[in-house]
Parts: sequence; C-alpha cells; structure tokens
Amino acid sequence: MILVTVGTQGPFDRLVKTVDAWAATQPGRRIFAQIGPSDYRPTAMEFAADLDPATFEQYLTEAELIIAHAGMGTILKALELGKPVLIMPRRASLGEQRNEHQLATAERFERLGIVQVAQDEIDLARRLESLDSVQPSKRISDSASPELISHLRTFLARHLGAV
Amino acid sequence: MVPARKKILAVASGGGHWVQLMRLRPAWQGYDVVYCSVHPEYQQQIGDARLYVVPDSNAKSKLAVLRTAFAILRVLRKERPDVVISTGAAPGGLALFFAKKMGAKTIWIDSIANAEVLSMSGQKAGKHADLWLTQWPELARPEGPEYHGSVL
Repeated sequence: MILVTVGTQGPFDRLVKTVDAWAATQPGRRIFAQIGPSDYRPTAMEFAADLDPATFEQYLTEAELIIAHAGMGTILKALELGKPVLIMPRRASLGEQRNEHQLATAERFERLGIVQVAQDEIDLARRLESLDSVQPSKRISDSASPELISHLRTFLARHLGAV
Repeated sequence: MVPARKKILAVASGGGHWVQLMRLRPAWQGYDVVYCSVHPEYQQQIGDARLYVVPDSNAKSKLAVLRTAFAILRVLRKERPDVVISTGAAPGGLALFFAKKMGAKTIWIDSIANAEVLSMSGQKAGKHADLWLTQWPELARPEGPEYHGSVL
C-alpha cells in the first residue's frame, strides 16, 4: 500500500491531484490518501480528509512508500519505521502554509540522504513514473541523538538531582 | 514533612512538535514527568503519565492565544513543575514564559523543521529559556541558541 498524507495544515491539492493522476494509471495498486479539508475528490485512490492517530499509525506501518508534504511529524514517524519517504514541500507563496520552512526542511533532509524530495508537481509526476528507483530509507533510532539526550540529562541532574 | 518530588512538565503542540518531544523521552527517564499537548489521543503514547490537553493557537488569533495561556496557567498552578521543557510551538512558548516567572527552570528545543531561521515562537521563547537549543549547528549563536545534537 502507498500512503499519501498532507497533514493537518489544510489541503495540499497540488500533491493530491498529481498522485491521483498517476494512480489512474496503476490499477491493482492500493493507494490511500489523507487529503485534509479539500474540495478535490480523488477518483483513482481511496481517501479521507483526516485519519485518527491509531489508523494513521496503522497505515504508516502497512505502507511500502509514503508520499507526503514536508511535515516533520510524518517524516520522523516514517523514518522511525524505516519507510521510504517521498516528500513535496508546501509553499507559502502558493498559500499552502504560513512560511517557507518546508522548502528548507526538504532541502536539508534530502542532503542528509534520508528522504527523497520532489520540488514540484512535474518533478513528483516524473518520480512516480520511475517509482522503482525509490530507495528504501535508512531506519532511524527510536530516540534523539545521544549527544542531545545527554546534554538534557546533565541539565536536569543539575537542577533536579541525578536519578 | 516529606518534600514533594521534583517534577518536569513536557509541553508540545500536535504533529511534528509532539513527535520530537516523544523522541526526547530518554532524557527524563527516571524523573516524574507530566505532559501537556493539544490532542487527548496522545495519552496512548505515554502510558500512565498524566496528559493535560490545552487548546492550540498561533499568533494569528489573539483570542486563541489567550485561551491557551489560561489553560497553561491552570496546568502550571496545579502541577508546580520544577522544570518545563518544550519543542514548540505556542503552548510551549507560553508555558516557558509563565513557568520562568514562577521560578521553574526552562528548556526550549527549537523544532528541527526550522533549518534556516528560528521559529517565531522559538525566538520569543529563547528569552525565557535557561537552556535554549537549536537542532541545526548553523543556527547556533554565542548569545544563544546553542547546538547540542538533534532529535535525529
């Protein structure tokens, strides 16, 4: 199953429409899309405006690929499960979010080599055409870097005493 | 009288902020911690720990911010945490602001989503943070925030 998710910051039709157009050429492939409060009705894939956290978690676990906006919650969850992630950043210039931080997020995470990034609809369509090239992602550990954890523990021990 | 055990309040709004907070949990393993977020469903991720649910808000709506502020104040008055830690956004920023005035130590970890500039809440919260962290080395400054690793 392929999971498409746009998170909770409103619709992201550029992403949904592009995947839906591709889905129409993929009979037999199960694709589920969480599309937010959108007027667009996908015709070639299952969809819901929102998913409750338990169902979302279940779909994430079942998915062989996650196609998403560059939302940190989705990216981190997907990487914790070792799922390949293809992201397309929302753009504030198109009214899709409040600032351009998803562009920066996408670029940095791509540079780290842990997600694949489609810059826009054309790039996304091209990447979907050659889906076989989506690399399995490196699974990240369940928690933050040892350096950060240890820095926080030192601070807590100083103010609360060690445990 | 036995002194009350020291307590941590961990605050994050929904989605990515919450996921990042969850990835920091080993930092406070062994301490008493209560959580505060914006979705009751998050209870299932934190076992027996107490979860306070407050309304979310952002700078766009002053009324919503006020509602969040009152809810946060109620939590702080009830729990009297010794340390407040947050990964953002608005509820966490407000929690740090009030907690600092109430004498608690405060920690702000700016979201890893802010790779080029600190978040608005992060810039404000930094002033009320005893420990002010960014997750990108490029954003660290001598006057803060500091970089000491990330949630990755």
